[in-house]
Formats: sequence, structure tokens, C-alpha cells
Amino acid sequence: MKNRLRQGLLGLLAGGALLAAGCSGGGTADINYDEADTIKLGSVFAQSGEVSAYGLPQAQAVQLAAEEINEAGGINGKQVEVVEYDYGSEDSEAATVTTRLATEDEVSVILGPDVSGAAVASLQVANQHEVPLLSPSASLDSFTESGDGSVIPYGWRIAYPDSYQGNALADFAATDLNAQTAAVLGDNSSDYAVGLVATFTEAFPGEVVASENFTAGETDFSAVLTNLRGQDFDILFIPGYYQEAGPIIKQAREMGITQPILGPDGFGNDSLYELAGASGLTDVYYTTQFSALSANEQVEAFMSNYKEKFDKEADMFAAMAYDGVYVAKEAIERAGSADPQAVNEALAETTDFDGVTGTFSFDEMHNPVKTVTIIEVQNGEDVEAHEVGAE
Amino acid sequence: MAVFIQQVINGLTLGSVYALIALGYTMVYGIIKLLNFAHGDIFMVGSFVGYYIIQNLNLGLFPTIILTMIVTGVIGVVIDQIAYKPLRNAPRLSVLITAIGVSYLLQNGMTAIVGPETKSFLSAFEQTPGFVNQSVSLGGISISMMQIILLSTTIILMILLQFVVQKTKMGKAMRAVSIDQEAAQLMGINANAVIAFTFLLGSMLAGAGGVMVGMYYNSMNPLMGAGYGTKAFVAAVIGGIGLIPGAVLGGYLIGMVEVMITAYGNSMIRDAVVYLILIIILLVKPAGLLGKNENEKV
Repeated sequence: MKNRLRQGLLGLLAGGALLAAGCSGGGTADINYDEADTIKLGSVFAQSGEVSAYGLPQAQAVQLAAEEINEAGGINGKQVEVVEYDYGSEDSEAATVTTRLATEDEVSVILGPDVSGAAVASLQVANQHEVPLLSPSASLDSFTESGDGSVIPYGWRIAYPDSYQGNALADFAATDLNAQTAAVLGDNSSDYAVGLVATFTEAFPGEVVASENFTAGETDFSAVLTNLRGQDFDILFIPGYYQEAGPIIKQAREMGITQPILGPDGFGNDSLYELAGASGLTDVYYTTQFSALSANEQVEAFMSNYKEKFDKEADMFAAMAYDGVYVAKEAIERAGSADPQAVNEALAETTDFDGVTGTFSFDEMHNPVKTVTIIEVQNGEDVEAHEVGAE
Repeated sequence: MAVFIQQVINGLTLGSVYALIALGYTMVYGIIKLLNFAHGDIFMVGSFVGYYIIQNLNLGLFPTIILTMIVTGVIGVVIDQIAYKPLRNAPRLSVLITAIGVSYLLQNGMTAIVGPETKSFLSAFEQTPGFVNQSVSLGGISISMMQIILLSTTIILMILLQFVVQKTKMGKAMRAVSIDQEAAQLMGINANAVIAFTFLLGSMLAGAGGVMVGMYYNSMNPLMGAGYGTKAFVAAVIGGIGLIPGAVLGGYLIGMVEVMITAYGNSMIRDAVVYLILIIILLVKPAGLLGKNENEKV
């Protein structure tokens, strides 16, 4: 017994020593990134499980962008190699594979994860190992913020934070749609939607007369919509994703709720148009980080290449991930090195990056500064893109 | 008052879906004491099968439902034969874990085949059939044609099921096996055939539910079975698992409670109330609302 105890203690000590050794190693200083034959980019997206609908298009867009870059001669004369992991929609798995990318796979930049929860978990690890993590679509306000409100040095994103669009939508509802009163029907199961409800309610100058909830994964909204139909309001705001928003809009219009409907960028998928039906999707306005209406050569090339490779339309998530790869490429070129720390410094100098999701620079909190685009849909067709300035 | 009646109709529609799935849970439990967690996913498979039948064969709603029922019924039997039959004499926990495995297999298999994105069911039609957008208005109450179809089809299927279980020879065998499998076998009943038949019936009902839900809500994805499956399972337990009338009662009860809480309470606490009711019923009547009724255990 005594012996075993001693052994146990010894084991603990040894373990502690190993851990200390590991920690003192700290960053990635002892690896020479520029000796390698390729430049490695990490890709951490949910390709299976609950949130794979957002992750899969991003992982694909990363592959597409990397292929294009390689065809055009690579970065600094080297070919790009994407080290890809599917984190299966589990936050802890996201952190595990991020550790692996940062320590074993020796990547220069990590792209991903897709949703805020996993992105926050991964960023902590990436920051510890001093490898920049660029999340295309994490939109939680505090994603790049450490506990004391300062910026997390190695965290970056392509999507604008939720409060940007919450404010923009409130502003648009009051000024462009002349709304005095609003009803809110929010997804209570995601921090994304809960955050949007809060910012919108605060920023909307009129009165929010009704606030109802639904849960992601539901398909029956008849009860809550029957309730709303009996109330008096000017606009209906639905913070949530297209999976539920589509059926909600369809059912609402069938029931005779005719008020304009506002939504966040979670509406941004072609399926919305099918789920809601053309007749239902009228007088609908939603923010987007990417619009085919703003078509230029770059956007068109991206859309057609994506369609050709994956046989489906590129959505907003794909567009953001695609831009993410090119932001990383520019940073590596500017740094003249694939060393993660040098790349991280170069990321801060990103100015007027011209991508498929628009032109943007990073602010001091590592958030992109861009105008918010609000798409107007009538009879199932995008008819106009309204620009609301970023504040 | 009109709003109240409207909400009752909403509750009945939702309850029909739960009842249809709960029947499959309860029949399988009644006969081999297995909580078949893959059952909700059969419902999901039904939705996709219906979608592809419409897209490729261009059939109407009712032929699609019937064809889908045959396909999901066969899938249910195949799952039983491959995954559950070798474990007939294994501890119940092994079979339960296998059922969870089958559930994951169906979810992820479907994700691999069709992708994870939510699909629009109606996009399968070249031209959306007219009845989808029709509704009947009666003094402030509007009932959509899809609600009427869903409600009436569910009721017809339940009557048919009751007929099969009570009036046919196979139904009699099902009831016998559920009471005592060994004794039934001694009487010359082929228990394995009866169990396979039970899976067939349950999976057919789930398949029909899948097509109608896909069509009514115009939305389907590979993970949709989990949500409905859990609620239907709760419905089966509340009504008294193993009892056919219990599953129907439980299904309508849950549907109605959900709608009424959203309508007159707070949509935020809806699921909490459903599970609270489950806990209270299990405390007061552990066998479920109809739990005493032993003679219809199938």
C-alpha cells in the first residue's frame, strides 16, 4: 500500500515535470516554418453533426481557395497544403484538433471553427500556442475579447459581430420601413439569436410589443404565430437560422401575417427560398455578409467555380471562408514568412482587403469593418441590396 | 374563442404526428421490451424516401405515402434482423445500446448521402400541388388542407392498426407474444416472424408520418428524427409504454400541451412543462396514464 502510494506520488511528480516542460516550450518558436516545402493551413470545421450545415460549405470553400492559389503559383512560391479536420460539432473536439494543428501539424494559420462556441474553445488553445486563428463565421460579440476586454492577440474573424447587424436592422426598421412597433420571434437555443434579440430590442427606437420564442429543430410554429396574428405590430423580426426561419415565414404568410419580416444573416442560404416558398417570401429583409446582387467578376468566378466543384450554390458561409483563405494568403505574403507569429503581425496590417464578401480592414478588436448589406426579397426574388453604414 | 379553436386544431395536428411515431415505440416495447431509439430516425428516413419518390417517380401524395410506408417498413424489418435479432437473448442493455448505434448510423448515413443542410420538401415537385396552399375558412378559423390530410390520414392509419392488432391472426399472435414470448412459442407461434411484423407495422407508420410532416412543414434534415422521436417517446411513456391507446392519448396530450403553453403561457418554458408533466405522471402513475390496462399489451 505504502509502496503504491509512493509510486503514485512519483508518477504525479514526473507528470508535473513533463507538464512544466511542455508549458515552457510554450509557442512554436523552435519550429522553422520556412524550411518546409509547403505552407500549411489548418482547417477546423464541423463536417458532421448538428452544425455541419454551416461547417461543410466552409471546409469546401477552403479547399477551393487553396486549389486556386496553388494553380496560380502558391504563396511566396510554395504550394499550399490544407490540413483538414472535422470536429463533428463537438466544442471539445474542436479544441483538441486545434491543439493538434498548432503543435503537431505545424500550420501557419488556422481557419475555423464555424460557430462561436467551438471558435471560442479553439481560440483559447491557438492563442496559447501562438498560432493565428481566423474564424470565417464566429459572430459572438466577445469572440476576440479576453476577460478584461482587451483583444485576444491571435483571434481574427471575417464575419461582423452580432451587435453590428442587430443595430443595423433596428436602424433600418425605424428609418427605411418607418416601423413604430415590432414583434420579435427569436430562437432561444442559440446565443447568436439571444444576443440579437437583446441588441435589437435596445437599439430599436420604437416599441417591441411582443417577444416570443422558438427552439432550433422545431418545425411547428402554428401556436406562436396564431398568437402573433392577433396582435398589432409594424414589423416582425426573426433572429434565427434559415432552417426554422423558412418554415416560420411560410406558415406566417399562410396565416395572413402580412407585415414586413426582418432577419439576420442566418437567413443566408438558398434553402430559405425553397423552405418559405416564393409566395411567402415577400416583404422580407435580411442582413447578409455576401450577396450575389453585388456581383462583380470576383464574386461571379467564385460562384461558378464553387458550383462546378461541389454541384451546389455557394452560400454566405462558403464566401466568408473563401475570403478567410485569401486574407491569410495576403498576410503570409506581407510577412514574407510562414511563421505563425510573423503572419499574425501581418494580419493586423490588413487594409482594404478586397474579397467576395466586400472590402474591409480589421479594427483594433480584430473585427472586420464593413458596411452591413440588407437584402430585400419580393416574391421569392432578391430585388435590392440596401447598405447600412457600420457604426 | 376563434383563436382558441384555432389553437386546438394546431394542437391536434402536432399531436397526430407525435401519436403516429409513438405507436412504433410502444409496439416494439410491448413485444420485446426494447426502447427502439432508432425509431425517430426511421421517421426521418421516411421523409427523405418520400422526397425522392416524388422527385423521381412524379407520384401524388397518397401513392407516395403508401410506397414510402413499404420502403420504411422493409428498412425497419432489415434493421431488426441485422441489428436486434442476434441479440434476442442478450441483456436488455446491449440491445438498447445497439438501438442508439443504429440511430447514429441512420443520422450520419443520411447526412453522408444527402448532406447536412435542411431541405425543402416541396422542391421535390416539379409543380407544387394545388392543395398544399389551400385552406378552409369557417368563421375566423382557418384549417389548411394539409392539416385536414394529416389529421384524417393519421386517424385512418390508427383505425387500420387497431383492426390488424385486434381482428387478424397476426394481431392475435402479436398480443400473445407480448404477454409471454416463450409460452406463445410453445403454442406454435413463430415469435421472430411476429417481432419482424411488429417492426414492419411501426416503421410503416413512422414512414407515413415522415412524408406528411415533410410536406406539411416543408422542411426536412437528417437530424429531424431526434427531436420528434424524443417527444414521441415521452408521449408513449406518458400514455403507458407498451399500450397502443396509451401512445395515441400521450401523443395528442403532448401536442395539445405544447400548443396551449405557447398560446397562453410562455413559449420559453414549453419543453420544460412537457418534461415536468412526464415527471409528475411517472411519480404518480409509474406505468403511465393507461398503465393498468394489461390485456392490450402489444
